[in-house]
Amino acid sequence: MKSDEIRAMILEVIHQIVPDEDLSNLKGDVRIRDQIEMDSMDFLDIMMELRKRYGIKVPEEDYMQLSTLDGSVAYLEPLMKGI
Amino acid sequence: MQCRQREEKQAKMSNETRIVITGIGLTAPNGNNLTEFRQNLLAGKSGVGKIETHYMGEVIAGICHFDPLKYQGKKEVRRGTRAGSIAIYCANEAVVDSKLALTSVDKSRIGIYLGVTEHGNVETENEVYNIKQFDYNVDLWSHHHNPRTVANNPAGEITLNMGITGPHYTLGAACAAGSIGIIQGLQMLLLGEVDLALAGGVSETPNTFGVFAAFKNEGALASHPNPQKACRPFDKSRNGIVVSEGGCIYVLEKLSAALARGARIYGEIVGYAINSDASDFILPNPQRQSECMRLALRKAGISPGDIDIINTHATGTREGDKAECQAIRGAFGEDTEVYINNTKSFIGHTMGAAGALELVGNLPSFEDNIAHQTINVDDLEPDCAFKNLVINEPKKVDKVDYILNNSFGMLGLNSVLVVKRFSE
Repeated sequence: MKSDEIRAMILEVIHQIVPDEDLSNLKGDVRIRDQIEMDSMDFLDIMMELRKRYGIKVPEEDYMQLSTLDGSVAYLEPLMKGI
Repeated sequence: MQCRQREEKQAKMSNETRIVITGIGLTAPNGNNLTEFRQNLLAGKSGVGKIETHYMGEVIAGICHFDPLKYQGKKEVRRGTRAGSIAIYCANEAVVDSKLALTSVDKSRIGIYLGVTEHGNVETENEVYNIKQFDYNVDLWSHHHNPRTVANNPAGEITLNMGITGPHYTLGAACAAGSIGIIQGLQMLLLGEVDLALAGGVSETPNTFGVFAAFKNEGALASHPNPQKACRPFDKSRNGIVVSEGGCIYVLEKLSAALARGARIYGEIVGYAINSDASDFILPNPQRQSECMRLALRKAGISPGDIDIINTHATGTREGDKAECQAIRGAFGEDTEVYINNTKSFIGHTMGAAGALELVGNLPSFEDNIAHQTINVDDLEPDCAFKNLVINEPKKVDKVDYILNNSFGMLGLNSVLVVKRFSE
């Protein structure tokens, strides 16, 4: 998957988890949880969805790298090259 | 002057120990508020249909059609349970109906007491089903499982939704749970633990497959070509239970508080009793059921002849219906003229909600003097015949001052409520 596809996928997963939130103006370089109502259980839902859909297991020590949209795309791009 | 002051003081004290119903919120397979529910009961309208379940395919069930987004956001619905959604809907509806402004009430003095038959089965069965496709890898077991399956979940979700900081818990009481939830609320008010009780019961049971499978293998799951005719209490061809979801929550207050704010009063709870059969896991004990009814009447300070309507528990099982009729004769006499009806024939067995929901469908009788009917009685079981069994059509009666509601659960748990038409 290319970076814009990964970005779209992450937004789709977030929308599934927090369907009441408006994601249209989500900034890429700001912590996601500072922009919308999302708690730690919601974040775990995102990690679970990545595991279920793509078999990608994100270790807990890497969670901080996925706190922003840009960070998430950068982290996942090498792992999703063949998908 | 002293005598009048003493009388006023006695009246005031009495109003402190009388508990009344001042708000109702409900969802049933045939109605999402008391007006709609009552209209459909009087019109003979069932709410039972068919659903698809895991492993069992199509089954007959009663499903509610309230709008969960009326009081919850989409994320709340997703995060919580169906029982939680039902509880939140009913609690909010009850408070709105009571015309209490929650902003003016001390929320630490509100208690939530909800009866449930079971809780956690739905979430657990669904998770096992979900991870089956991942070769039962528990790394993919939901992190939401624990807060969803703790037994207090439905009551707890109400506190989160409404910002209530008083006590909350559920009461596990099988099919008597809704009745026992109300009794608990009443008792906590009398103890002074809370000033307001949101009390009743909820059910999300149709979302399981296990309950259906167990009833089927027990020979107690109803079947009929027409789902709306499947729940047939007192009929010779009755063949079991229709599993349903539902919810009913009452706002309960002391009479003194209700009068002080000019609340509408649906009725006064004047008697109740809970006892146990101590005889069988499943088969009911008519003698103990009779004892429970007599105890409730004694607590109410009335005799059997004072009761105008008995709303039965009867679920449509071959033995259960007969046992209850035998129990009624034991408490009320062989030739009793009390009006007798049944609500499950319309909506199936709403499990944890049943005791509260079935009673509430009768409360409008205090005003309209109509005993609603039992539907689906095409060929009356002789052992269930009573002079004033109300079947297939509603019955206009002279007056309704007292209603008695029966709720009986597995492991031989019996609960009876007596409600009186309110008069000061």
